[in-house]
Amino acid sequence: MRIRCSHCGERDNGEFSYLGDATLARPDGMEADAAAMYDYVYLRDNLAGEHRELWYHGAGCRAWLVVTRDTRTHTISDVSPARDVARTRRTGEAA
Amino acid sequence: MTTITLRRSEAGTAAVSPGRNQAFRTATGGLINRQRPLDFSFDGVRHLGFEGDTLASALLANGVRLVGRSFKYHRPRGILSAGSEEPNAIVELRTGARREPNTRATVAELYDGLEAQSQNRWPSLKYDALAVNAFAAPVFAAGFYYKTFMWPAAFWEKFYEPMIRRAAGLGRAANAPDPDTYDKAHAFCDVLVIGGGPAGLSAALAAGRSGARVILVDEDHQLGGRLLSERREIDFRSGADWAQEAVAELESMSEVRILSRTTLFGVYDHGAYGAVERVSDHLAVPSAHAPRQRLWRITAKHAVLAAGAIERPHIFGGNDRPGVMLAGAVRAYLNRFGVLPGRRVAIFTSGDDGWRTVADVAAAGGQVVAVIDSRSSVSPNLRREAEAVGARVIAGGYVSGTKGHLALKAIDVVDTYGSSETIACDCLAMANGWNPIVHLDSHLSRRPVWNEVIQAFVPGALPSGMAAVGASAGRLTLAECLKTGAQAGAEAALALGFAAAARDTLKTDPEGIAHTPLWRVAKPKGKAFVDFQNDVAASDVELAHREGFRAIEHLKRYTTLGMATDQGKTSNLAGLSIMAELTGQAIPSVGTTVFRPPFTPVAIGAFAGHHRGKEFRATRHVPSHAWCEEQGAVFVETGLWLRPAYFPVAGENDWMQTVNREVNTVRSKVGVCDVTTLGKIDIQGRDALALIERACANPFGTLAVGKARYAVLLREDGFVMDDGTIARMSDTHFVMTASTANAAKVMQHLEFCHQWLWPDLDVQMVSISEQWAQYAVAGPHARDTLRDVIDPGFDIGNEAFPFLACADVTVGGGIPARLFRISFSGELAYELAVPAAYGDAAWRAIMQAGSQYGITAYGSEALSVMRIEKGHAAGAEINGQTTARDIGLGGMLAKKKDYVGRLLKERPALTDPDRPILVGFHPVDPAQRLRAGARFLAVGASPSLEADEGYMTSVAYSPSLGHWIGIGLIRRGPKRHGERVRAYDPVRSADIEVEICSPVFVDPKEEKLRV
Amino acid sequence: MRYSVFSVLGQALRGQRDWKPQWRDAAPRTEYDVVIVGGGGHGVATAYYLAKEHGITNVAVLEKSHIGSGNVGRNTTIVRSNYGLPGNIPFYEQSMKLWESLEQDINYNAMVSQRGVLNLYHSDGQRDAYARRGNAMRMAGIDAELLDRDGVRAMVPFIDFDNARFPVKGGLLQRRGGTVRHDAVAWGYARAADQRGVDIVQNCAVTGIRRDNGRVVGVETSRGFIRAKKVALSVAGSTSLLASMVDMRLPIESHVLQAFVSEGVKPLIDTVMTFGAGHFYVSQSDKGGLVFGGDIDGYNSYAQRGNLATIEDVMEGGMALWPGLGRLRLLRHWGGIMDMSMDGSPIIDRTGIDGLYLNAGWCYGGFKATPAAGFCFAHLIARDAPHADAAAYRLDRFATGHLIDEKGMGAQPNLH
Repeated sequence: MRIRCSHCGERDNGEFSYLGDATLARPDGMEADAAAMYDYVYLRDNLAGEHRELWYHGAGCRAWLVVTRDTRTHTISDVSPARDVARTRRTGEAA
Repeated sequence: MTTITLRRSEAGTAAVSPGRNQAFRTATGGLINRQRPLDFSFDGVRHLGFEGDTLASALLANGVRLVGRSFKYHRPRGILSAGSEEPNAIVELRTGARREPNTRATVAELYDGLEAQSQNRWPSLKYDALAVNAFAAPVFAAGFYYKTFMWPAAFWEKFYEPMIRRAAGLGRAANAPDPDTYDKAHAFCDVLVIGGGPAGLSAALAAGRSGARVILVDEDHQLGGRLLSERREIDFRSGADWAQEAVAELESMSEVRILSRTTLFGVYDHGAYGAVERVSDHLAVPSAHAPRQRLWRITAKHAVLAAGAIERPHIFGGNDRPGVMLAGAVRAYLNRFGVLPGRRVAIFTSGDDGWRTVADVAAAGGQVVAVIDSRSSVSPNLRREAEAVGARVIAGGYVSGTKGHLALKAIDVVDTYGSSETIACDCLAMANGWNPIVHLDSHLSRRPVWNEVIQAFVPGALPSGMAAVGASAGRLTLAECLKTGAQAGAEAALALGFAAAARDTLKTDPEGIAHTPLWRVAKPKGKAFVDFQNDVAASDVELAHREGFRAIEHLKRYTTLGMATDQGKTSNLAGLSIMAELTGQAIPSVGTTVFRPPFTPVAIGAFAGHHRGKEFRATRHVPSHAWCEEQGAVFVETGLWLRPAYFPVAGENDWMQTVNREVNTVRSKVGVCDVTTLGKIDIQGRDALALIERACANPFGTLAVGKARYAVLLREDGFVMDDGTIARMSDTHFVMTASTANAAKVMQHLEFCHQWLWPDLDVQMVSISEQWAQYAVAGPHARDTLRDVIDPGFDIGNEAFPFLACADVTVGGGIPARLFRISFSGELAYELAVPAAYGDAAWRAIMQAGSQYGITAYGSEALSVMRIEKGHAAGAEINGQTTARDIGLGGMLAKKKDYVGRLLKERPALTDPDRPILVGFHPVDPAQRLRAGARFLAVGASPSLEADEGYMTSVAYSPSLGHWIGIGLIRRGPKRHGERVRAYDPVRSADIEVEICSPVFVDPKEEKLRV
Repeated sequence: MRYSVFSVLGQALRGQRDWKPQWRDAAPRTEYDVVIVGGGGHGVATAYYLAKEHGITNVAVLEKSHIGSGNVGRNTTIVRSNYGLPGNIPFYEQSMKLWESLEQDINYNAMVSQRGVLNLYHSDGQRDAYARRGNAMRMAGIDAELLDRDGVRAMVPFIDFDNARFPVKGGLLQRRGGTVRHDAVAWGYARAADQRGVDIVQNCAVTGIRRDNGRVVGVETSRGFIRAKKVALSVAGSTSLLASMVDMRLPIESHVLQAFVSEGVKPLIDTVMTFGAGHFYVSQSDKGGLVFGGDIDGYNSYAQRGNLATIEDVMEGGMALWPGLGRLRLLRHWGGIMDMSMDGSPIIDRTGIDGLYLNAGWCYGGFKATPAAGFCFAHLIARDAPHADAAAYRLDRFATGHLIDEKGMGAQPNLH
């Protein structure tokens, strides 16, 4: 498998480590409740199909990436820096 | 890269016939070098062959037909094919530590001195005792072992299984360390062409001429594919000559790389391909410094599959007899190797291309005794040509059986009217159509599709960036191979922006491909084999059908069809076709088989490359490593690190004696320990503190500049991830340490916190684990020692630089350094960090400065003893299953901030008062030794899971106390000080009483720390 | 026909003519007491024990492909009960005991081979962790031995003791562990269940789970609606896809685990051995192939194949441990889809939807669990109460914190 890192270009997947679902948002702050946190930490859609997921380019630029990959075929349709995705999402939430 | 190429014109004219036998070598012809005879032996008998031979062709040249024994029935087996699909002719190649079992003689290049042995026979190939199995064949039907060997139950492991295992398994592995080396290489290209036959060469030429970067891979040592084995014409030259010109042109292109002797074995995601190059397998031993094989990881933008096709055998009685061969193989031995596979050759064909064998046999001086075509209508031209060389033509007939014991002597033929006769022959050539090699495209889980015209599976829809051409796409004629190859090569280059143009179509001699496969003969005489190597006969397929194993995967698994070393290259479709017939379905309705990588078996050593022995993984040395080696330190592997464990001195003959001295010296004088292996992370930015606050479970808001604090990190699920220290060097600059084992994990986690959870924080961090050497200097004389190391002007006295102080300092006259007053040992202690390049010098300076105080270097063992004496949790306690409360850190958790792990650590099971909590233990009898991993249970309780109360996590012999001490987790531990429990350790036959106590064994009031 | 040496010899004389299908290729009826979704090892074992232990025979096993087409036929065939946590220990030991009597029970030779499972250790810390585990096993009455270096050398003298990057210091041995012929487990249970009246329905894909008033009433399938009083999911790898039919999200991710087999050779190793300093474990099949594996690829996947980085990692581990493997050839590698759960342990529980039961989350431990999973799942379905040996495998344990995390890796499936 080859992943096109947003900063380093295409690299072998052995350079990356995987975390998982990138659609989950951590319930932040003192007012967050345990049920929401349980949901965030433990429950997954585990899609068969396009899956947005977090990878870490540990043997490269150390960037976290959001990779959009089909879990049935492994076809990757998009890679974006996680920080950009997260900031956009935060802006979206605030708006 | 040069390719060794033998020209027919040069090699063929030399009609020298030197020495021993080679009775079946033709007088002229073949792509062999008759000037270079090679000596080899098979089963101890010496023979001669020529350069350019395979072991199989050389054996045939010497009249050796019997090459092996089959898996189950030990039937005599010969040579079926001339390629990598070979199921029968598998031998043990080489000897000693280089012995390679199950080596296909058909692709083993001959070299001078080659030694091969037949396998799976005893006492000899000719007289194989287990050939009696053939008489028991009625019992040994598919899957019989699932129905018996069950009584008595205890007999399986003791009797039945060892017997089966000894009988199974074909060849013998060397099982001595492989003396050869392996290499790994990466390559990138625009167009990868897989296969160097006419289609592949055309594709490579078309792409290469455009300037695209091309890699052409072929498993043979000479490119040309079937052009080398057939007498064909391209543009009025022989096919082999055309191939050679194509290779020459490709070699002249700077962007083209030809990898011959290289098998493209696997296709992986996103244009990644695995290939293995047999760099030295054609030599007796690899040349100096050359690997035996090289694993290529090729990344290609486009790939052209031109892997060719594999001929299908016929399924009739005794079709496994040595001398029964694929027709294409017969032609290969005749045309490429100058070998007559037999003198009296019969041909059994179901299509026009089998007839091609007639002229080739005749041209090589053999006699064609008969052509049996299963089709009732045969072209008059073909018939005329055969009859012209004296062959009988039997149209609409079939071969029903064979005669001969160790080699073919005759065939039984049934004609179109059903009457049978016996025809004497010593070779039977079978031509039952060709199966395109669809293996590689099925590696990406693509299913092949059925092609009615050629009655075979061809590649289905391929992912973009992949094309199949020539025979592997089901385009079986030479003209189509050349055309589709050139087209695909040009298209691939065009798609990548190279200006590629198709050239004129090349002219080829005419060929017929009319073909009506005969899936199996109507009335076989004797066992008709489908999978030769695994001895799966047509009757086994029938049995599988009878017992309900009709799905193709069931058929394979129940009968083992297609599971042998050839992975069913010649058998899978045959099995499928019989099942189709039995179930009354069309072949594609029964199913397709999924071919798994590798295409042909690949040496495990090649995948491992140089990652073996000490080079299995990188070794990280601490900055003081050179000094430690000079001192004769004993090292221990800690992850990738090699840490000094202890430093024996003269007169010490026991590791514990050494460790005790190191501990005592630290506690009474001073010692220094290399703690560089700790993870070190530099965190800077306006929001550095904010990030630390959210990542750490204890509060940091009050941490002043110039101070350090213990830090505990939780995972989001509320368990402890790691601990360390965080030092505030300035308002916006922090230096954090993590444990050796978790250094990378913590770094990754902090990056996650920043980049994903809280992307708006203005903070940056970098790992400085490698960049800074760090030494713990501990003991009553630590300060005295460091005063001589740190440049004058820095006050490190207790008032100016109290416990938990930190500062930027300099050493050695201006070299930047960092000083932290932190202690793992419980002594007055500092950690001094210097740039790693100065690590060795700084270490020696510390040893020098401390010598007047009797300084000792101490290693990880003494470090561990002292941390246990102080009750500090480490890896054995922070094992991913413990909470902060479990390890005695509950009190320090922040209450007024959100941080990772805050919520889930409150789950009922994690706050259960009955959870095991960290306490100390000492043996009731001080002479007794403690062991980590012992379980705790009440004195007098009988061992059971219910009685289990926890376990010992870490132990040490405490020289300070003079007895063993331990820390461990036990239910409600802190409330049970003074209670006695059993430390039960049956796996080490230990069972002693211990007393629960505080985990802090030395200096519980921390008086030594703050002086 | 009962299988025995006599029936085999008898049929040898009769040209194997009288063998019958090992199980009926049943067409689905319109209604069952219990529908088990998934004809893998667990599914057919569950059906067998429902019939045998609870007398419930109006049961269908629905399999979208053919029996045993999933992980039961893709694993590395290892069985063992060398677990360290109380939630796991009794369950896997029950499974081990069922393995020990399986063949006589179901009249099918699954080649249960108790050749031992040897886990190597390379450091004092690993030794102590194995001692902790071995002691827990011994407290539960399970065999466990802690070997030193010489003890290991006596068993596997061919591994690298002298030049290893991570020298072997000893091992934890469970002699009763071993291997079982994987396909035969699925086939044997299917045959035994069929003989007790269970319908084995192949080529029947479940496309929906129908509910009425919060209670399951049946399943939609590619062969029509099938009414059922109880529906039991046993579809490791695809659990989340089935659960999504009832809008259930689970603490599970699907990951690919690769497995490998070498060419067949004469006996080399007669135990199961795991490397403690890399991802590699190996045994030798009765047919002669070395069967080995390593770590999961590490990313969510429903494709039954992995990638080169993992393959090389496994082989490197193999060569580091056993340098005599170099010239042996890899014959085939393939991938299976694992239900990787959030604590590395399985779930056998009710679901909160009446009549819907879940057996899932097996990570790569599902094969060895087959008999006990079938036994305990059948108990749960029949009695609507968990079997004592599987009582810890609750779905709500992630919420309550009663995790069964043998490796201590936390809520990250690809690390278990």
